[in-house]
Amino acid sequence: MSDMHSMTLSEIAAKLQSREVSVEHVVQSCLDRIESTEPRVHALLNVQDEAALAQAREMDQAGPDVSKPLWGVPIVLKDLLTTKGVATTCASRILEGFVPFYDATVVERLRDAGAILIGKANMDEFAMGSSTENSAFQKTSNPWDSDRVPGGSSGGSGATVAACQCYGALGTDTGGSIRLPASFCGIVGLKPTYGRVSRFGMVAYGSSLDQIGPMTRSVEDAARILQIIAGHDPKDSTSVDREVPDYCASLGKDDLSGLRIGLPEEYWGEGLAPEVEAACRDAIAKAESLGATTVPVKLSLTDYAIATYYIIAVAEASSNLSRFDGVRYGYRNKDAEELIDMYTRSRTEGFGDEVQRRIIMGAYVLSSGYYDAYYRKAAQVRRLIRRDFEQAFAQCDVIAGPVCPTTAFRSGEKADPLQMYLMDIFTISLNLAGLPGMSLPVGLGSESQMPVGLQLMGPAFSEERLLSVADALERSLPPMPVPEM
Amino acid sequence: MKISPEEVAKVASLARLDLSTEKIELFAGQLDDILNYMDKLGELDTSDVEPLYSPVEHTTVLRADEPRKDYSREEVLSNAPEQDGAFFIVPRIV
Repeated sequence: MSDMHSMTLSEIAAKLQSREVSVEHVVQSCLDRIESTEPRVHALLNVQDEAALAQAREMDQAGPDVSKPLWGVPIVLKDLLTTKGVATTCASRILEGFVPFYDATVVERLRDAGAILIGKANMDEFAMGSSTENSAFQKTSNPWDSDRVPGGSSGGSGATVAACQCYGALGTDTGGSIRLPASFCGIVGLKPTYGRVSRFGMVAYGSSLDQIGPMTRSVEDAARILQIIAGHDPKDSTSVDREVPDYCASLGKDDLSGLRIGLPEEYWGEGLAPEVEAACRDAIAKAESLGATTVPVKLSLTDYAIATYYIIAVAEASSNLSRFDGVRYGYRNKDAEELIDMYTRSRTEGFGDEVQRRIIMGAYVLSSGYYDAYYRKAAQVRRLIRRDFEQAFAQCDVIAGPVCPTTAFRSGEKADPLQMYLMDIFTISLNLAGLPGMSLPVGLGSESQMPVGLQLMGPAFSEERLLSVADALERSLPPMPVPEM
Repeated sequence: MKISPEEVAKVASLARLDLSTEKIELFAGQLDDILNYMDKLGELDTSDVEPLYSPVEHTTVLRADEPRKDYSREEVLSNAPEQDGAFFIVPRIV
């Protein structure tokens, strides 16, 4: 059992249920792994060692509960999901010391399913970034290469799963923030359809774009977590009241006959690193060998998606982040003698640069005189982008392409904000359209020796289909190596 | 230039941010680049297109108006930088 930490969530959950291993043993093994790898990856903002061990001992005493699919399984949560009694910072100084008095709905559901919270994951401050370099507290390293970023904004979640510190994590995806770190860290990441998972208790960045989803070491693990967190929640009016299918039932198929995979020319052309293209093409060839056919499709507005996304996202962010004013929670400048001055000094000192930049940009595009030219215009293009997808899905069942034009870049390499935004070219359209997408690791780039992620996208509420295709590919491709640490 | 340092300072103050001159200059340059990039949306004709503000378009969800208490006053006040057990305390307003 020396490699217990590298097992999948599905494997460890079975061993826990059968009492082949004790919960305490599993939790302790994760804590040991955290202790030995954390000095290199810096994935976590806090570790719940004592609470997790106490909970483990209690569970061992009570014995397994078959009604709880994640009974005793240690998990990590991105630090913008509120956790009752556990600090939640969004990797921002402005929320330093904030201890929520309620759980996010997804957290409540995971706890009810028996999962044990073992730590909170680092991220770009308020989920604004693609590298996790924007955290106010620490930079997370890619477990495959310490000089490289883990992607973002859920970079801590990606790194903790890839470094085998836990058996699965939750991330959030506003413009690619689950799929990009999953791709850079060589794990599975799933961004569900907008409305599939409740956002209650997720600190909002772009409310019409944000979704919570699983980040795991196998497709089956992602299916198991999605099963628990998906579903209607009266506390989130945008969560959709629609039956949650049995996601695991869609797994185990080896035959992809009849499946039409759309390949958008905009995703497979210029600017794509040859090593990324080669790894993704190999995966598509594998799908074809399993019976799938490919069809060329067009997502002709791909080039406009980044501009559209950043107008909408910053507009929503500037509005959402106005709640941080030093009154009800979070950081307050204690020297200010007058209210407006207190707001201003608290926000100026509490927010990092990227957050301030986006708040200002958001306030600008929403201001009178610019609203129509920027915000309304972007919302119109957003509808056209959704139409683009609808037309493409008339010709195919899933769309496939790379998650990112390159593998993980080096820390500090993208100092210019616009250059960083361009990393999201293949992921953000999906958030604008509100559709589901997955990142599946398909091997290492021949040059960088860093993981490559294939992105699978589907129509609204097609998570079952995405998981089924990803699972078939995962089982037929060479097994993804684990980073040496 | 699409956005001047003066405009950045003005918008920042509306958003309750007080930036150093250095940062205003830096942001003005960066925001100018970003806004120029965003101009490419002007290439698209959207005259007959209804804006899409959310993927879930009909979100007016109604429920019975029944009072309930999810959290205690103590809980709600627990993270306040300053409170007196009943209210959030802020510096003087006028």
